[in-house]
Amino acid sequence: MNTPSRKHDSCADRPHVGLSELPSGTLARVVSVGPVDTAAPPELTRRLSELGFLPGELVRIVGRGLFSREPIAVRVGTGTFALRLFEASCIRVCPEQTRTV
Amino acid sequence: MDAPSIPASGPLIALVGNPNCGKTALFNLLTGSRQKVANYSGVTVERKEGTLLTPSGRRVRILDLPGAYSLDPLTPDEQVTADILLGRRAEETQPDFVVCVTDATNLRQNLRLVLSLKRLGLPMVVALNMSDLARRKGIAIDASRLSKELGVPVVATVGVKAGGVRSLIAILDGIDKPTGARQAVEWHTPTAADIEHDQFEVRRILGAVGADRVEGLTLSDRIDAIVLQPVLGPLILAAVLFLVFQAVFAWAQMPMDAIKAGVDGLGGWLGGLLPPSIFKGLLVDGVLAGVGSVLVFLPQIIILFFFILILEDSGYLPRAAFLLDRIMGSVGLSGRAFIPLLSSFACAIPGIMATRTIQNPRDRLATIMIAPLMTCSARLPVYALIISAFIPQRSLWGGLQLQGLVLFALYIVGVLSAMAVAFVLKRRGPGARFQSLLLELPAYHWPNLRNLMIGLWQRIEIFLTRVGTIILALMVILWALSSYPAPPPGATGPAIQYSIAGHLGAALAVLFAPIGFNWQISIALVPGLAAREVAVGALGTVYALSATGENVGNALTPLIAHSWSLPTALSLLAWYVFAPQCLSTLATVKRETNSWRYPLIMAAYMFGLAYAASFITYRIASLF
Repeated sequence: MNTPSRKHDSCADRPHVGLSELPSGTLARVVSVGPVDTAAPPELTRRLSELGFLPGELVRIVGRGLFSREPIAVRVGTGTFALRLFEASCIRVCPEQTRTV
Repeated sequence: MDAPSIPASGPLIALVGNPNCGKTALFNLLTGSRQKVANYSGVTVERKEGTLLTPSGRRVRILDLPGAYSLDPLTPDEQVTADILLGRRAEETQPDFVVCVTDATNLRQNLRLVLSLKRLGLPMVVALNMSDLARRKGIAIDASRLSKELGVPVVATVGVKAGGVRSLIAILDGIDKPTGARQAVEWHTPTAADIEHDQFEVRRILGAVGADRVEGLTLSDRIDAIVLQPVLGPLILAAVLFLVFQAVFAWAQMPMDAIKAGVDGLGGWLGGLLPPSIFKGLLVDGVLAGVGSVLVFLPQIIILFFFILILEDSGYLPRAAFLLDRIMGSVGLSGRAFIPLLSSFACAIPGIMATRTIQNPRDRLATIMIAPLMTCSARLPVYALIISAFIPQRSLWGGLQLQGLVLFALYIVGVLSAMAVAFVLKRRGPGARFQSLLLELPAYHWPNLRNLMIGLWQRIEIFLTRVGTIILALMVILWALSSYPAPPPGATGPAIQYSIAGHLGAALAVLFAPIGFNWQISIALVPGLAAREVAVGALGTVYALSATGENVGNALTPLIAHSWSLPTALSLLAWYVFAPQCLSTLATVKRETNSWRYPLIMAAYMFGLAYAASFITYRIASLF
């Protein structure tokens, strides 16, 4: 089993993107969760963490809305959540190199 | 609200868990029909308590706490859960024992709450719910190993199968009510780093029990690939909603005819049996004609709730919220508002109560204000009456019924006007740039028959209680108002014209004449303030009393088809789309917003819209 810190490091030398910019179907690993805009609700980061958007977790966008590509449906671990793009942009991810669907 | 009638002697057990972990199914299985649904004092969060009779003959109280992602609440629901567990609610006793319900297929998310609960120090057991699904998915969880890793007992449960909670019941049977005073629990809100640390622990445990595999695409994902598809998804949603509304009309026809025939038969039988008296008038014209004409809509309400409950239980409802999020967003609402608004199609009161899951107060207020514009099931009797009297029963292309189509159109008008009102509301005041969605899309499940039946029965009970209490009482009052004073000797018109109700109706008719309402409709609108569907019963009573002799037992539909013009009928339909008819809704808004301001604004804007819409409808329809 991977230790958490190693998972974290495996992303260190690779480019990070906001989850909102991740192409649909691409598997990625969460690097960090934090506010990108000071106007965003302060409890957002905590709630995202509580839902399971935590460093080291695997995420994949499994659905997108028709207009503005919003909202997005994101599989995180074994659960799925609908997020708006500003919420997704708080989550930094690095795409997994090996597996894409 | 009030103290449960269950004896307080047995130990109190709380069911706690993430939303969508199958907690309510487990609660239904443990307590069966021995449930009591009320509200927590001061808030409108539903409080569900039940009794479990254990094999050894003990009574155990079980409290189904609202679903929560953590013990640090962001919604009123979660607040209740956290407060009760921490012993912070004065009028609720802190539970003696906690059953933490987890979804065995989603432990990666669910175990964090278990770790938090462990820190509370209350005695607890973890229920590995949906363990059958997990096994079928190839997730083999060794309960005894998990128990060792967590340091608390773990039992496998299947909330949707009789006998699926046997091992849990065995544990609950052995719990004793602790003696001695309780200590308040110290609770420190965890930081992001704490949550992250918990997740490391969760991964370690999952690794140890061999359940840390994250599968690729699941069946739910494959269904979502179709259902959430940008073009296909909305089409499927439209088809589902349309099917529901067609079914509400088509399937209900036979039982409705049967109820109508039964009530008419009973009325005729009693009419022949009893000698003419005040009592006979009250029973046949007041109670039977009135209550019968409301009761006849029970099949439609059952069918509507049947579909809502199936959509909810299967996991499709949040997908619908996902699909509609952009449309809702365009008028400034969150996709989350969809579920309260959909509930409002059944009744605005549970809908308004369901808005508590919306975190943003402005979003919540806007959703509350438009909820009564959703076509609630109490409008259905009125719509159904007018449609069946004035819209010909005709099949259009593809076997669609014209009547069903008109009904669908009325629902759409309600939705569109709600969106327009929301748009106006949200444009006033400072616009919030960031509206949260954060909605869980749980894995699809087959709806469970037991849960469906319990849910359906609770709705039927509410409806029948209303018919038996408010509606029955109003019918009797209305009958009295419509019968007294009796017409003077030698009077030529129908008796009701000389009664109190007749005078009241005549006065209101002046106000409503510009929108085409006659005095009978104007009278019926008065008791309709208590509950919309009462207007149908009231029309039944008014026409029963104004008809002469033979017509009394006759159905209402042909009566109004004869005596109303088409513009009047359409105008009444338009009125019912908008009018603030239901006082209990306004009372709920007062309680939810804790101010008279919003119910008053709501009543005023809805009355204005109703009058304007009816006026326009009546004038335009009169041109043809």
